[in-house]
Amino acid sequence: MRISPKVTQTLAVLLLGVATLLTVIILIMIVAFVLKRGIPEISWEFLSTKPREMGKAGGILPTIWGTILLPVIAIVIALPMGVGTAVYLSEYTRENHVTRIIRFGTDCLAGIPSIIFGLFGYIFFVTILGMGWSMLSGGLTLAIMILPTIIRTSEEAIRAVPQTYREVSCSLAATNWETVYKVVLPNALPGIMTGVMLGIGRSIGETAAVIFTAGSSLLMPLSLNDSVRTMSVHFYLLAREGISNEKAYATAAVLVFSVLSVNLIAYWMMNRFIAKRS
Amino acid sequence: MERKVKISVQNLNVFFGQYQVLRGLTLNVEANSILGIIGPASSGKTSFLRTLNRMNDLVVNSRAEGRVLLDGVDIYHPSQSAVQLRKRVGMVFALPMPLPMSIYDNVVYGPRLSGIRNRAQLDEIVERTLTSAFLWDEVKDRLNLLALRLSGGQQQRLCLARTLAMDPEVVLLDEPCSGLDPVSTARIEEALTVLKSRYTIILVTNNTKQASRVADETAFFLMGELVELDKTDKIFTSPSDQRTNDYVTGRFG
Repeated sequence: MRISPKVTQTLAVLLLGVATLLTVIILIMIVAFVLKRGIPEISWEFLSTKPREMGKAGGILPTIWGTILLPVIAIVIALPMGVGTAVYLSEYTRENHVTRIIRFGTDCLAGIPSIIFGLFGYIFFVTILGMGWSMLSGGLTLAIMILPTIIRTSEEAIRAVPQTYREVSCSLAATNWETVYKVVLPNALPGIMTGVMLGIGRSIGETAAVIFTAGSSLLMPLSLNDSVRTMSVHFYLLAREGISNEKAYATAAVLVFSVLSVNLIAYWMMNRFIAKRS
Repeated sequence: MERKVKISVQNLNVFFGQYQVLRGLTLNVEANSILGIIGPASSGKTSFLRTLNRMNDLVVNSRAEGRVLLDGVDIYHPSQSAVQLRKRVGMVFALPMPLPMSIYDNVVYGPRLSGIRNRAQLDEIVERTLTSAFLWDEVKDRLNLLALRLSGGQQQRLCLARTLAMDPEVVLLDEPCSGLDPVSTARIEEALTVLKSRYTIILVTNNTKQASRVADETAFFLMGELVELDKTDKIFTSPSDQRTNDYVTGRFG
């Protein structure tokens, strides 16, 4: 027996609608839950002073700095490496065993739990290279962690640039690099930015890899060699050690706000960029 | 008067992997003339054009045998640079392909790559080439408009201007009017007949009438071979090969 198209159509709309609705509800519930418990604790003092008594009192200023600086270090390292790899793979090599192995490797790397990166960072950067628990160790570890994401999203974005653009550029006597620089990269930029945003998002929220490599110092970070605590780590330690649930949720609320605003700013910048070019 | 030979092709064979697309091609193109190339689909017309500016180099496993002389120098000789060659041999593709940038930036793409930075000089190139392509009057007030916003016919004339902006010696046109309306087509043809005084033009076309209208000489390609090349009048009135006759009279193809 065939079900009438009208019924399947209604059914499809219904099911898809329910799926969307559930997603949105779950999302709102999580954010609302965190904000409801966190916002009452947030004050100017909370944002602008150092923690006291291991975080039981006072603010979270050093952890805000840590949350800003670590992802910045990670992106500064991972962006050129990742985009460079993506350009090399897609524009300078022909598809062969080596490129397939590299691609398979990055895919595997992307699926590795972050705590493994933390362990690697601890052994390699902190211990073997003697960087100690520091922003540099943490930033480098985060960079390695987000590298696969940046490579793969950049590569997808670069491959999505129409082949005709490359042909035209080439016919106008551009070298391979000139074509990459003047045509391919500008057109792949929105896609590359998506990867960067995913990377920033992951590093802002990352806890396991950071606690192993950047440590958990509550002091203001003054140099790359200083240990630093990020908001995620702070939240984890406050909640885990039962130091202060109120402060923990307040930290979480600030973290949620930061991630939201980073995304909003990125979307805004992206839209401006696209609007300028179309 | 004997004209100067601009391009001399000698026993050219082109392969894509195992597949041979051009077979033993030998022909001369005179300077400051328009050579029309006609022939049914997959007869090797486009592959031939793309051999002349070495765009086939981009195709994996492509291989050219024989000699292609530009002003007497073999363009496939190891000492010759493909990038330098493409400055001298420009190309307009079948479909209008503006780059996703402004009209102005499209035209000066080539000149900027050659190192021209002077704004006045670039302005002059833009006005001159857009005028040559019969597009200047339509776009002179909106040169910063994104080129993709132009109509198809305007885009194709922009692509012609962009190619001319490199100040090439030879202009290759690969069915430049295949996606255009009759008015735009007429504009392009008008431009070509004027431009041949400065450039050597090779025009691949699926429209035999177009070849008869603008080409000085016409070549008929079939299955990767050159069947016949002669004065356009002769090709269209009394070709020496029966296959050419069948094609131009529309009996096959």
